[in-house]
Amino acid sequence: MLYLYVDVNVKHGHQQGSLHLPAPTKGPLMFELSKDHEDFRSVVREFAEAEVAPHIAAWDREAHFPVDLIPKMGDLGLFGLVAPEEFGGADPGEGAFTFLCVAIEELGRVDQSIGITLSAGVGLGINPILTYGSRDQKEQWLPDLVAGRALAAFGLTESEAGSDAGATRTRARLEGDEWVVDGSKAFITNSGTDITSVVTVTARTGENPDGSAQISAILIPSGTPGFAVEAPYRKLGWHVSDTHGLLFDTCRVPAENLLGEPGAGYRQFLKTLDDGRIAISALAVGLAQACLEASTGYAKTRIAFGRPIGVNQGVSFQIADLEVMVEAARLLTYKAAWLKDELHAGRRSVKEVKQAAAVAKLYSTEAAVSATRIATQIFGGNGFMEDFAVARFYRDAKILEIGEGTSEVQRMVIARGLGLPGA
Amino acid sequence: MNIVICIKYVPDAQADLTFSESDNTTDRLGVEGLLSELDEYAIEAGLKLVEGAVGPDGAASTVTVLTVGPDRAADAIKKALQMGANAGVHVNDEAIHGSDAVATSLILAQAIKKIGIPDLVLTGMASTDGAMGVVPAMLAERLGLPQVTLASEVTVEGETVTIRRDGDLASETITASLPALVSVTDQINEPRYPSFKGIMAAKKKPVETWSLADLGVDAALVGLGAAWTTVESFAKRPPRVKGQIVTDEGEGGTRLAEFLTAQKFA
Repeated sequence: MLYLYVDVNVKHGHQQGSLHLPAPTKGPLMFELSKDHEDFRSVVREFAEAEVAPHIAAWDREAHFPVDLIPKMGDLGLFGLVAPEEFGGADPGEGAFTFLCVAIEELGRVDQSIGITLSAGVGLGINPILTYGSRDQKEQWLPDLVAGRALAAFGLTESEAGSDAGATRTRARLEGDEWVVDGSKAFITNSGTDITSVVTVTARTGENPDGSAQISAILIPSGTPGFAVEAPYRKLGWHVSDTHGLLFDTCRVPAENLLGEPGAGYRQFLKTLDDGRIAISALAVGLAQACLEASTGYAKTRIAFGRPIGVNQGVSFQIADLEVMVEAARLLTYKAAWLKDELHAGRRSVKEVKQAAAVAKLYSTEAAVSATRIATQIFGGNGFMEDFAVARFYRDAKILEIGEGTSEVQRMVIARGLGLPGA
Repeated sequence: MNIVICIKYVPDAQADLTFSESDNTTDRLGVEGLLSELDEYAIEAGLKLVEGAVGPDGAASTVTVLTVGPDRAADAIKKALQMGANAGVHVNDEAIHGSDAVATSLILAQAIKKIGIPDLVLTGMASTDGAMGVVPAMLAERLGLPQVTLASEVTVEGETVTIRRDGDLASETITASLPALVSVTDQINEPRYPSFKGIMAAKKKPVETWSLADLGVDAALVGLGAAWTTVESFAKRPPRVKGQIVTDEGEGGTRLAEFLTAQKFA
């Protein structure tokens, strides 16, 4: 059974004439999400429009992280989409990652910061503990994280080490039964909220026989002496997302806080990145979709020279381009998400997922940046005003081409996947 | 405790609502519909009551949602089941089209009798489309149940239901013996969103679909032909006209008062 999970119904659902279509026939290839995914989408959309949309302009203006929203997202089950029931998760089995992407897309359609809060909370906070954690570590951290009572973060990036994780400078040395961590991390999402419980930090713990750095992952609970969270960054966009630099100065944690195998931090992190790229791609689809809807609505109602501006092909053709971008980005994203779910079920290879994730992330994020530029242009002067959501969209878009590997890194990955010689 | 909650599938208030050209009834086919928002409060109230009623006797509580409506009204039942109701009943019959409140209450009453009179029948305060707000009273009358309406708070203890009804001048506390019918306002609670688990669980919950014949209701008693009220005609709201600007030159207040009087606002 081969399904391509792609949403086509919801976007057009509000238009008359599409209401009484017969149920789609089951063919060998179906370009739509399952009914369950669509049912879930409509609830997340309702939630985002009721709980996020009315407040987002103020939160964005004040760079306020809405800590009260997180348990509500937990009640919806958003943090438990890939977690087993024993830790409070929903464990949907088939299509779990695709469910997560649907949630990220729908939150991202209303606000990117809320979308990345979920994406990072699950992909970077919960996933590493779920995948590599010991029984004790899972029992200690996961129930609160899955319920939305707490958030966890993943500290990989440093001022001089990002995708080049081998350049990590943060060090951890074993002293007796404690790790002693020294160093710093940069741009860490969800690391400084009032409910952040733990940060998974990558650090050099020695050298491999070939002389390369041995990188391990260590769980550092919030509030550990020697662990300081810096003041929030002033960012171009994603104002509502919680982002900090982290400092570690002789920070001591028990030896059993090592996450996974010693020296496996690099490999663990690489796997995390593939998932993260698909999630960012879903976030980009949500943003492009929001631009399409905003631009279509505005072009129908904004009057210039006595007619709606949408009568002008200079406007309507740009909106047609938006539609193409949204469709293409969504197809690539949900193909990658589907492959990831198939990989989880043991039916696909890591290589396929890696390539599809990079392709989706590259295209979707660049399309989203273009979409916000087009939308603000269609809105004219209003598009430059913070009273209109498209101005926020424009600011929020740029990071999509940077986070979880820049567009250039995606092209490197794709070229390598094609067997081209690397540098 | 067994509860039946009456819910309605209504046109989305944010869509362009219109009447059908052929028979002046609300056009339910041309617009997206959804579970009436006011009914979500009744569902939440019912779920809270049974969640709080997991007693030592161990008797299982059941929350059944009941709707009368066309095929797509199944979406309203689905939403209620996703929120946590246990079972659904959908009365669906072509002869029902155009039924007014009187006929709707008849169908609901017969369906509730077929389900079995529960401890509590819960309803919203009105539908968000017709908004007559009379079905709860009619239904209680047909079932011979005490009607305690417009509850802003509801508790059940033993064989008694107690509600608080908030008025402009005072809040009344009203008690009734079970079984009873309670309608709730939009002040009573904050309806939950379906959770992911709820969405998945809803797929396995039983939904029965009944026709008028299943209920023993004579089709001649319902539908447009039997309606006590009819829409004679309808007209689209006229386009907004440009506002008038009153420049105050000493007599601004008077001119405002004249305007309001002329528009019958005062």
